Amino acid sequence: MAHLITRRTALALTGSALLASRAYAQSNIPTQSATAPSLPIERGATLRMLRPVRFVQPDEEIFRANAARFTQQTGVEVRVDFVGWEDITQQTAVTANTGAGPDLIIGFNEAPHIYADKLVDLADVAAYIGQKYGGWKAMAQRYGKRANSDMWVGLPFGASGGPLVWRKSALNSVGFDAPPDDHAGYLKMSQELKRVGKPSGFALGNAVGDGNGFAQWLVWSFGGYLVDENNNVAINSPETIRALEYLKELYASFIPGTIAWGDISNNRAYSAGECHLTANGVSLYFSLKNDPAMAAIAEDTYMTLLPKGTQQTSPMAGLTLNSMVFKHSRYPNAAKAFLQFMLEAPQYDPWLQANLGYWSQPLNAYNNSATWSSGDPKISVFKGVMDTTFYAGYKGPISEASAAANADYVMVQMCASVASGQATPQQAAAEAERRARRFFRSRR
Amino acid sequence: MSATTAAPVWTKMRPKQGALSRLFDWKPFLAFICLLPAAGLLMTFLTYPLGLGIYLAFTDTTIGRPGIWVGLENFIWLAEDPIFWNAVFYSVFYTGVATIGKFALGLWLALLLNQHLPMKSLLRAIILLPWIVPTVLSAIAFWWIYDPQFSIISYLFIEMGLRETNIDFINTAWPARWSLIAANIWRGIPFVAISLLAGLQTISPSLYEAALLDGASGWQRFRYITFPMLLPILAIVMTFSIIFTFTDFQLVYAITRGGPVNSTHLLATLAFQRGIPGGQLGEGAAIAVSMIPFLVFATLFSYFGLARRKWQQGEGND
Repeated sequence: MAHLITRRTALALTGSALLASRAYAQSNIPTQSATAPSLPIERGATLRMLRPVRFVQPDEEIFRANAARFTQQTGVEVRVDFVGWEDITQQTAVTANTGAGPDLIIGFNEAPHIYADKLVDLADVAAYIGQKYGGWKAMAQRYGKRANSDMWVGLPFGASGGPLVWRKSALNSVGFDAPPDDHAGYLKMSQELKRVGKPSGFALGNAVGDGNGFAQWLVWSFGGYLVDENNNVAINSPETIRALEYLKELYASFIPGTIAWGDISNNRAYSAGECHLTANGVSLYFSLKNDPAMAAIAEDTYMTLLPKGTQQTSPMAGLTLNSMVFKHSRYPNAAKAFLQFMLEAPQYDPWLQANLGYWSQPLNAYNNSATWSSGDPKISVFKGVMDTTFYAGYKGPISEASAAANADYVMVQMCASVASGQATPQQAAAEAERRARRFFRSRR
Repeated sequence: MSATTAAPVWTKMRPKQGALSRLFDWKPFLAFICLLPAAGLLMTFLTYPLGLGIYLAFTDTTIGRPGIWVGLENFIWLAEDPIFWNAVFYSVFYTGVATIGKFALGLWLALLLNQHLPMKSLLRAIILLPWIVPTVLSAIAFWWIYDPQFSIISYLFIEMGLRETNIDFINTAWPARWSLIAANIWRGIPFVAISLLAGLQTISPSLYEAALLDGASGWQRFRYITFPMLLPILAIVMTFSIIFTFTDFQLVYAITRGGPVNSTHLLATLAFQRGIPGGQLGEGAAIAVSMIPFLVFATLFSYFGLARRKWQQGEGND
């Protein structure tokens, strides 16, 4: 029995090694010369880290294989724990407050900014990696760097975007090849879709991901924002009012019931062929593609970035993986070296490819990754997720307040109350302002 | 042991008690020691969290940052927050309507089950099912039943040609409120019915026989025998039911998450939303603390109101 298990394990190991070395070897990531920071690894260093659980199985396999390679090269044991998505924020909070626990955490979005004074500055690693790999993308800089400072509190590992997902046949039937990028054109398309009984739909219920994603797109695409550069609440603006006026017309062309939609509702309605255009992460497309019964819908499905409206880049704030190293770690150099190692092409590129577009790169050089050229051409839309200049809490410094405002659905409910006719755009914007002020109040 | 085999050894003096032994013989101390484990458990798992919750309500603690004492600031903010008052309104409304519904239907069911029916025990077991199913599971079932696109009820109505479009269960405020109340009543009936059935079975049949001899009608028997005899247990069951309903969380959170536009937030769901995902622990605790007066009032009302002899037997207070 024993040798059987060994053999099987050995086979599996060979298999994953092959996977890592062969299947993901075709990319040609351009690099510029850069000097790596000197990070003498502490004697006897071991690392413990947390990260969110995977979307897809190869994510975890490649990540573990990369970590094992780091151990092989440096002798530093790395223990990686995969934590459920709902728990990672709380576990980060506990780690930061107690000054004990994991040495480094890959958390979400704003986490490193909340605990900035408990974190090791990662500017040297960021400078090196940025120079070597064509520079950090706009969104990566925003999430990595502390506002008005040169300190890098986090190193973003990727972001997950939620573009428009639509049925080509439905759009073609009303004379469109793709969703228009301007508000008027988009509204016309949406109304036409409704007219032919193939309506679109976006979550306006208490859905943390999809609801906030839609509300933020709507407001940002008209030039509105929740807070200004100094985190003063600025939601009650003419731009917001215009966005809400637009929503009234747009909502009339939605499939009924979207005010009750949660995060999963649009996936169901789209998969059932009731909704023909929505916004979602790549998971929706893959769930269709991997289900033989859904092959026809998958074939007909295309994805494009959210309409730009009046903006230069698509107003979309992806969910960002943001890594941080805690000051309480006894081996900060080892931790920094580990993050640097994981972001280098031999490790990062296979990992990016393994994620099939669920996560998009924070560094420009990885635009050349085989993820975006050799795989399914439909997922290439995710290549530019981190090129956007928008982020949760736009356009103030990233803080816990923006996360709290999202969790309390301030913007979603502003939109939903107008869509449902409960409030005028003016009332809704004033109410959102009142609620946001509470979260963004200065604290002693 | 037989008394004849060995003569009892006669000791003249009772052996002197040790200090420890005397201590344990001292009643107040013994009572204290025996109570200690229970008191310790209560302090650790009940008093401490409750006290901490109340303390947090007066601070501006967030997840990730210890707060400072802010006095009544959280409550002052909540007093001006229409979302909070909406949650107060809906919590009271939800509890009130659902409790009336549960008790009306539950009492009726209990009276039916108290009749001599074939397969009585099996029927009673089946009645308990909604109560046995974990709330989250039944909540998810109702979530599907109320889904704007895939509701089975909408489907049946459309198939039968009674409607053209899906029924709006949870997309607008009032339908959503009533839908949640209906789900709560469905879930709560078995508890009330089985508890009241137990109460019904303790009523002596001789009372009914006497009433029959006096020529009492069915309604009179219910009004003057069943109902008064049932009142004590009714009071207890109602107290529990009100507390469970008022602090309900799972149904609302699984079906609407407090939507559409906060119209179905209960105090419990609002406290959770602000406190845990929103990270505003202080404010969340303040919302939770503001439930205490309602619960104390409900409990006092049930005990001192419903359990009074006067209500039961028409006599004076005692």
